[in-house]
Amino acid sequence: MSKTLTVRYFAIFRENAGTGEESVSLNADTAADVFALLKERHGSNEPLGHCKVAINGEMSHWDATVADGDTILLFPPVAGG
Amino acid sequence: MTNNFMSVTDQVIDPDALRDRLLDDAAGAYASFEGWIRNVNDGLKVTRLEYEAYDPIAVSEGQRVVEEAIARFGILQARCVHRTGTLEIGECAVWVGVSSGHRDEAFQACRYIIDEVKVRLPVWKKEYYADGNSGWVNCERCATHGHSHEDIAAGQ
Repeated sequence: MSKTLTVRYFAIFRENAGTGEESVSLNADTAADVFALLKERHGSNEPLGHCKVAINGEMSHWDATVADGDTILLFPPVAGG
Repeated sequence: MTNNFMSVTDQVIDPDALRDRLLDDAAGAYASFEGWIRNVNDGLKVTRLEYEAYDPIAVSEGQRVVEEAIARFGILQARCVHRTGTLEIGECAVWVGVSSGHRDEAFQACRYIIDEVKVRLPVWKKEYYADGNSGWVNCERCATHGHSHEDIAAGQ
């Protein structure tokens, strides 16, 4: 079933998507599904294993279930310091 | 954005002022680390960097890292500050300070904090090169070197 999600993008993901945030309707069960569907849509090349995800403001993991109305933060590979 | 141990700021970092906040009569040692913007990376001449962070999680995760260092190494006090925005060559991008009873735990905790900060906080940097190109740094070396701390802790 399609879920309406708010997705926020950072750094290279924002540049690829052309926006920092968008509302999307996706047939996604997990955060990994969201990543895969939007990777295809926006043409990102970063491997899942190098990226991180937060759901509703908390760090999460790729096999976490997403629910209608969730806010998903997609973090590309970090490079602090 | 700031909590007890971690700050993310778009203002210039002042290491001397930060050091003074770690003064403690029980401390016999102080160790610090400053990450500076250098003018070359992977053979390319760098002219400036832009740092971006997702502040709420950068601060909460940074707080967790410093709390882990305090628990693991028994240090007295520690703090970390990370810059965002445009930084020029020579500017301080990240600062870590630790005060403790003795130098061993100060060095180890300082190393632990900067290594974890580099791989765990949602912070990104974009390099601008002298040839006009730019690129996001994906920090492969950080990922490779990021988890040698178990060895350090085991050696205590």
